Amino acid sequence: MHIMEGFLPTPWWQAWFAVSIPVILYGIYKMNRLVKEKREILPLLAVAGAFIFVLSSLKLPSVTGSCSHPTGTGVAAIIFGPAISAVLGVIVLIYQAIFLAHGGLTTLGANVFSMGIVGPVVAYMVYKAGMKANLNFYLVVFLATAFGDWATYVTTSVQLALAYPAGNVLTFAGFMSSFGKFATIFAVTQVPLAIMEGAVSALLFKYVVNVKSDILVEMKVLEDAVVRKLRGNPA
Amino acid sequence: MSRKLELIVLAIVLIFAVQFVYMSSTTDAEYGGADGEAENVINEITGGTYTPIAEPIWEPPSGEIESLLFGLQAAIGAGIIGYFLGYYRAKGRYENDLGYKDKSKPESDRQSL
Repeated sequence: MHIMEGFLPTPWWQAWFAVSIPVILYGIYKMNRLVKEKREILPLLAVAGAFIFVLSSLKLPSVTGSCSHPTGTGVAAIIFGPAISAVLGVIVLIYQAIFLAHGGLTTLGANVFSMGIVGPVVAYMVYKAGMKANLNFYLVVFLATAFGDWATYVTTSVQLALAYPAGNVLTFAGFMSSFGKFATIFAVTQVPLAIMEGAVSALLFKYVVNVKSDILVEMKVLEDAVVRKLRGNPA
Repeated sequence: MSRKLELIVLAIVLIFAVQFVYMSSTTDAEYGGADGEAENVINEITGGTYTPIAEPIWEPPSGEIESLLFGLQAAIGAGIIGYFLGYYRAKGRYENDLGYKDKSKPESDRQSL
């Protein structure tokens, strides 16, 4: 669930735009270069973007008795890195802000920061750490995408707590008090959804490995030896 | 091909589905959006003094239209995923399993004639 239209007062909404815009521009630059150098990755880029489209449209019920939706940005982050994921996230956020009154144009900067930047960065770091630790690939994908999803909503809680500290003055105590309230709504609701997102993302990766593992090797997502092991023909 | 991962994912989804069915039939939770609840908390913290600085430029006129657009979003995404995974799968089959790799190149076509 994104921050609603109009619900970030000045100067917060401008501040989040200021943080997000450079990352988006860098992401667009990186994406253009990648597509020019390796045209064959274009379908995979479309799949990663489409995955965000699907997952962020599914409002799921949670154990807390309210609904929220997963983000789906972890998959793009693992394959293409956080900057390109941010660009894909922007497309979805604009669609939802314009056609669904979900999220908003003034809060777009803040929502891009949480869903397009922090989530993918966390997913990317968890992925790299997990692969270094030689864990099972699908387990690492699960952990990376689940934590990425969850980090998105923790960030949303932080953003709202910064804008609405208890007592209307931004002190550490006021921030923590508000953060507790927003985190109860967003971060707690998101735990089961993050687990499901992780599971579904692992499944998507299984199919990508099955049909097009050479691109993952080329993008340096996976090493050749790991692919062979996953496909069950060690050579 | 092993179906282990599919079974694990299915189990996870089923656990949450059963939990949801049980919860929704035994409690009167509303299952509203988390963003709506955040709005209430904002009102509580600010004492109801906050007025949004902007309104959405367009809102779906009803819940039906909104679910239409969310459904459309999911359908577009699912279509793209299915199309390209199927494309890669068939491409892989032709190139590797059926040995069409060389035959598809024009040069080799000319040589064979």
